[in-house]
Amino acid sequence: MKAREQSDHWLARPSSVKRIWRAFWGLLALSVAAQLAISIKGHFRVDGWLGFGAAFGFLSCLAMVLAAKGLGYLLKRHERYYDQGEEPADDA
Amino acid sequence: MTLELIPPGLALLLGALLIGLVRGALRSVVVLAAPLLTLWMAWQVPDGVAFDIAFLDYRIEPLEGSPVRRLFAIIFALMAFVGGLYAYRHARWHELAAAHAYAAGAIGVCFAGDLITLFLFWELMALTSTFVIWSGSQRRTRSAGIRYAIMHLLGGVILKVGIEGVAVHTGSIDVQAMMVNNFDTAMILIGILINAAAPPVSAWLSDAYPESSPTGSVFLSAFTTKTAVLALILLFPGEPLLVGIGLFMVMYGIIYALLENNIRRILAFSIVNQVGFMVCAIGIGTEMALNGAAAHAFAHIIYKALLFMSAGAVILRTGLNRCSEVGGLFRTMPLTAIFGIVGALSISGFPLTSGFTTKTLISQAAADETLEFTYFTLAAASAGVFLHAGIKFPWFVFFQRDSGLRPKDAPWNMSAAMLIFAFLCILLGVAPDLLYRLLPYPVDYAPYTAGKVLFYLQLLLFSGLAFFLLLPLMKRTETISLDADWLWRVALLGGARAAYAVLRKAGHALEGAVNRVARKLRKLAARHMSISPEDGRSGVFARTWPIGATALWIAVLLTSYVFVYYL
Repeated sequence: MKAREQSDHWLARPSSVKRIWRAFWGLLALSVAAQLAISIKGHFRVDGWLGFGAAFGFLSCLAMVLAAKGLGYLLKRHERYYDQGEEPADDA
Repeated sequence: MTLELIPPGLALLLGALLIGLVRGALRSVVVLAAPLLTLWMAWQVPDGVAFDIAFLDYRIEPLEGSPVRRLFAIIFALMAFVGGLYAYRHARWHELAAAHAYAAGAIGVCFAGDLITLFLFWELMALTSTFVIWSGSQRRTRSAGIRYAIMHLLGGVILKVGIEGVAVHTGSIDVQAMMVNNFDTAMILIGILINAAAPPVSAWLSDAYPESSPTGSVFLSAFTTKTAVLALILLFPGEPLLVGIGLFMVMYGIIYALLENNIRRILAFSIVNQVGFMVCAIGIGTEMALNGAAAHAFAHIIYKALLFMSAGAVILRTGLNRCSEVGGLFRTMPLTAIFGIVGALSISGFPLTSGFTTKTLISQAAADETLEFTYFTLAAASAGVFLHAGIKFPWFVFFQRDSGLRPKDAPWNMSAAMLIFAFLCILLGVAPDLLYRLLPYPVDYAPYTAGKVLFYLQLLLFSGLAFFLLLPLMKRTETISLDADWLWRVALLGGARAAYAVLRKAGHALEGAVNRVARKLRKLAARHMSISPEDGRSGVFARTWPIGATALWIAVLLTSYVFVYYL
């Protein structure tokens, strides 16, 4: 196990991934905490609140992923969907 | 005739012709030299109309310069050069020739002083870009190219209808700002918006571009939609309709890219998303907004081509097109991965990249006009861009899981092309004044204030968090997503087939009825007009009648005629 872990690229090792995640959490916290020192002059008042950018970014991504997921049930079709009605697939 | 009077696009057009005629090293020289010559010539074009030619009752102005026209021509020429460097060892000669002519068309549109010239180059682009698509060897290349050509020729016809109308009704064919208040200008706007991949016909882009060759999609990503952006800047600045259309495109691109599995189709949807930012800015129409649209188009061509180059190198080396088939490629393609990540960070608008210094111009313009909804939608979209292109593309292609693939890194010329564009992405992010100086209006804007940087860092970092937390919801499936083109690819085709079946049945029924009537008539005729072969009895018209009977009948006929005449 140890040997296999050593043989893979250092970025792909579980221990490195764990370290990267820790650094990422730290960066996230820092980006919000920095607002205590640097004031964000918002254009519309709300965007100057503490952590607004963070919450807005996270929540709009959540909304978009959920919207995509929901629309996916309606819109997703198998890759060969259009092939049935058009020219015959020549690699089938 | 001095050099300033030669339209720069001609150099590329000449290059396109020469590529087919020369071979070997000389062809490579032409591929690389023609765009450089064009770039230099585009830089020299002076402001104003250089010369005009009388054509029928109109003044044709093939060469009109202005800062925004030069800006677009310069980036198109640069794109043709770096794209040529990327492609020249791998693309077939006809793809390179078509790409040169395609770029010449785009540059021709840039300097078109009148609508007739604009239309001619517009159509040159439609034709030559179709040949770029057809140079691909994907399974669906042929049919996708046909659908692409139909859409663009249709768009050309609509544009032409509008141009004819404007020419007849106003007597002027100048390229100048218009209002959408009559049929003619509405047709021009629709014709241009089709090329901008606006709804409801956005699907032509994501349908056709991923079916081209790995090198062809690099050229395709740059010219068509961005000439449409320039045409909108020149013809419809401040048209309020464009704000809504732009916001729709921004969201459409994100949602469809999130659903997509094909690597290049993700990037294609992301073009629609990015062009949406520009269209929205043109709709806002202030000097700041138009600067933003132009700057963003400039930066976008660079980072989007870089992303397509990175994807193209992966497809060239692995032959695979889908996210679900690749992964973990950073091990053996580190350069391609790094360049792809630079492109991804730029498109997401990370501070110190060109995306940040150009996209925030548009946000600032929305804020200046207190367009609150527009501003926050664009902010959400900026987060969404990071989600669908900024992380999704590099993550699924280069990381994700170990697919076991160990392809070689990109060939040297591809790496060199990517290096140039990656360098420019960062250069324009670090020294934005280089670009701001070229913009159509004076720029009074400081992109790097501590507050703004912090706001965007929060926005983007937490979007990244959302991506990794929501990964289970974004599992790749081997699917495509239905789009408005379903209406013609399935509904219209099905309708046409059903109508054909109904008509064929009706035709058969009619034929049967006619045959039956004819048979009956024949039988009737046989009975009354011939002598039966069996019993020798004659039909009523086949008998021999005595003269007396005939005379009697004629007398009756004449009497009744005289009677009726005097009545």
